[in-house]
Amino acid sequence: MPLLKNDAFVNDAWVSLADDAEVPENGSIIVSLARLERDWDQLVSFTGLLGVRLTNTDKVEALESYISQITLVVLPFPAFADGRSYSIARGLRLDGYRGELRAEGNVLPDQLQYMRQVGFDSFAVSDRFPLQVWQSAGKQMSLAYQRGLFRAANEAEVWSARHRGFEPWEEQPHAG
Amino acid sequence: MYRYDEFDAKFVNERTAQFRDQANRRLKGELTEDEFRPLRLMNGLYLQLHAYMLRVAIPYGTLSGAQMRQLAYIAEKWDKGYGHFTTRQNIQYNWIKLEDAADILQALADVEMHAIQTSGNCIRNVTTDHWAGAAVDELADPRPVGELIRQWSSLHPEFSYLPRKFKFAITGAPHDRAAVKVHDIGLRLHKNAAGDLGWEVLVGGGQGRTPLVAVTVREFLPQNELVAYLEAIMRVYNLYGRRDNKYKARIKILVHELGAEKFRAEVEAEYAKHPAQQTQVEEAELARIAKYFALPSFEKLSRFAPHFEDAKLSTPEFARWARNNLAAHQVDGYTIVNISLKPEGGIPGDASAEQMRVMARLAERYSHNELRVSHAQNIVLPHVRLEDAFEVWKALKEADLATANYGLAGDIIACPGLDYCSLATARSIPVAQAISRKFADLDKQQDYGPLKINISGCINACGHHHVGHIGILGLDKKGEEYYQITLGGSSSEHASIGTILGPGFAADEVPDAIETILNTYVKLRHSGEDFLSAYRRVGPKPFKEALYAAA
Amino acid sequence: MSTIEKGQVMTANRLGDGLVVFLNRAGNWSEKIDEATLALEPQAAAALEALAAQDVKANYVTGTYLFDAERVDGRIKASHIRERIRTLGPTIRVDLGKQAEGKAGAFAAEEA
Repeated sequence: MPLLKNDAFVNDAWVSLADDAEVPENGSIIVSLARLERDWDQLVSFTGLLGVRLTNTDKVEALESYISQITLVVLPFPAFADGRSYSIARGLRLDGYRGELRAEGNVLPDQLQYMRQVGFDSFAVSDRFPLQVWQSAGKQMSLAYQRGLFRAANEAEVWSARHRGFEPWEEQPHAG
Repeated sequence: MYRYDEFDAKFVNERTAQFRDQANRRLKGELTEDEFRPLRLMNGLYLQLHAYMLRVAIPYGTLSGAQMRQLAYIAEKWDKGYGHFTTRQNIQYNWIKLEDAADILQALADVEMHAIQTSGNCIRNVTTDHWAGAAVDELADPRPVGELIRQWSSLHPEFSYLPRKFKFAITGAPHDRAAVKVHDIGLRLHKNAAGDLGWEVLVGGGQGRTPLVAVTVREFLPQNELVAYLEAIMRVYNLYGRRDNKYKARIKILVHELGAEKFRAEVEAEYAKHPAQQTQVEEAELARIAKYFALPSFEKLSRFAPHFEDAKLSTPEFARWARNNLAAHQVDGYTIVNISLKPEGGIPGDASAEQMRVMARLAERYSHNELRVSHAQNIVLPHVRLEDAFEVWKALKEADLATANYGLAGDIIACPGLDYCSLATARSIPVAQAISRKFADLDKQQDYGPLKINISGCINACGHHHVGHIGILGLDKKGEEYYQITLGGSSSEHASIGTILGPGFAADEVPDAIETILNTYVKLRHSGEDFLSAYRRVGPKPFKEALYAAA
Repeated sequence: MSTIEKGQVMTANRLGDGLVVFLNRAGNWSEKIDEATLALEPQAAAALEALAAQDVKANYVTGTYLFDAERVDGRIKASHIRERIRTLGPTIRVDLGKQAEGKAGAFAAEEA
């Protein structure tokens, strides 16, 4: 399954670790929230990179005590019409999470731009669509009315652009 | 009226190009129907009983003459010469081809219109008081906030895949003509002791299968906090609204299952996490928008309009129409003209392209180039000089648009029903037509007084039957259409859900049943008491007895 | 004496223009119900479903399903009012739809 990041397909260095699998010496591992809570004493000293996979009924607050050690959060789209992960992602970003935020599941080109705007920056996608479909679908709208979104270089916030002189609500890094 | 600036124009043009690409990919087979459906729905394109149906947004029900003309042009070029004005202040076309849809959206964009989010599980077109900016009881015009919400909700990346559709209604007047208490979110303007304006935020009203009146979550929200507070409500709903059962997915069910207190606490907690901060941009934006809604330059006129008075004396038919279809205006010498789209035996809410052009011309000539669509499926000319009312009436009469039944028994709300809609269980329009013929006598309608008869062709309640003084719901019983009657509903500031009277009726029995109900009312009413007040005083019992006694 | 045969008709909307169409056993879609195949046996209905599935895949039609219908004196009529309205057009605008275009079959003149 290709991983889309910064408008390119890239190799995925992350490995998902089953809840009963042994924690390796090193590397980049993704654990469940349950595992994170259960084995935190051990995971806190893990020398590799730590990621967590949430379900879309998990609360953002559940990550509060771990988030400074986390460099990847994976959120699911069990169906493209199930929009809960948009709000979880936005909540994480509003809380100041700056690590990688990955969408997986039913991730389609026509939702890509929305996902980027709420803060996703990597996408586990099916190989059904060629790269250029992803690239063009992610660029169709150059304007958004909402404020505090993540924006690609070609995108602008209408209200901030209209009322220059006001700083954007929160300066957001450009997402891939 | 609001006008697009370069940003709005670019936004809608890009959206149209995006849809053209999506439609082409669907036609070429690069998208499956399952993938395409939510994309076309979020651009207003349904697949209905006979063909595709396109629902065009008329934000807060406001249109210019040129926009109405373009709606007429679309009806003729791409449809079958007519359109249907809906209970959400939109217009829909019934015979659209997917192959043409992007061209139609471009034709809309050319006149600063679109079909964005007129369907789908997202925030739908915002509706308001159709007399906004003209009504005598108004505290402030609600449309600037309507436009602010239109922009904020357009392609909102976080709230485009909600558990279910989401409807806003706003009123700036104490008399609620926008049915805010039966919307997912209703906003009501209040003025506090200090003279400041603030919004009462009501959540969880709705009709459909589970009709509920909204609860107030904030009594008085300062205007500059509105967007941030709405985001908090939407986030709570997006995260916790039910997704396991589409009949329980509306926010009203979440509010109901959590309880109003707990729901309010969730919203306030979410709001406290990310409160309104640096709201200068929202304030600046609202101020910018508000300028577009400044009142037109009215003439200084006398309250007494001699030509108008003479015309009433010389033309009783005009006098009747003036009595029933005109409403008081904020400014002396002006009036609000309510154009009934409910001719005797007609199809509620339908207008031909030719009629649209007549209304567009009248708006340009007599109403400061403004028209409104009401949720009761009528058209309003909001700013007409009393002295011009007779000329307006003559032109309307020629176009079969001068039916003098506004707010009376013949002014029936009806959804398209089984004649057009793939969700319907029974036909609505023929029942509306039969009732309107039965009560064709306008003297009789005036005697019955203010009355809202609302008809839905299925439990989804697009015809607002739950809040009709008399509500009619069409159902299917073993392949036969039959109709359940409810009494006592209201969508006003004193909103209530109607009570089912008893067993349903066959289509051809409905007009007689309505007559029995109205005759019962006439017998028991106190002097000057309207139907709803009388019903609220006596309850359903006498009506039940009259209706089912013979059986 | 009229003869009545009960069965099922396969219907869909054509993808490009959305119009209501009906399937015959040769795999052709027609706007006229009279040109449809009335499946009298489950096997025949299954064959129509298989043909319809191909045309969904080929992106020619969408929203396929079988509905109950009957053949009266050689002409097909939908059993339920919903499908009758689809074969005719809106009952309150007989100037529109199949009934106005000579595509409604033998029952156009009847009340839906």
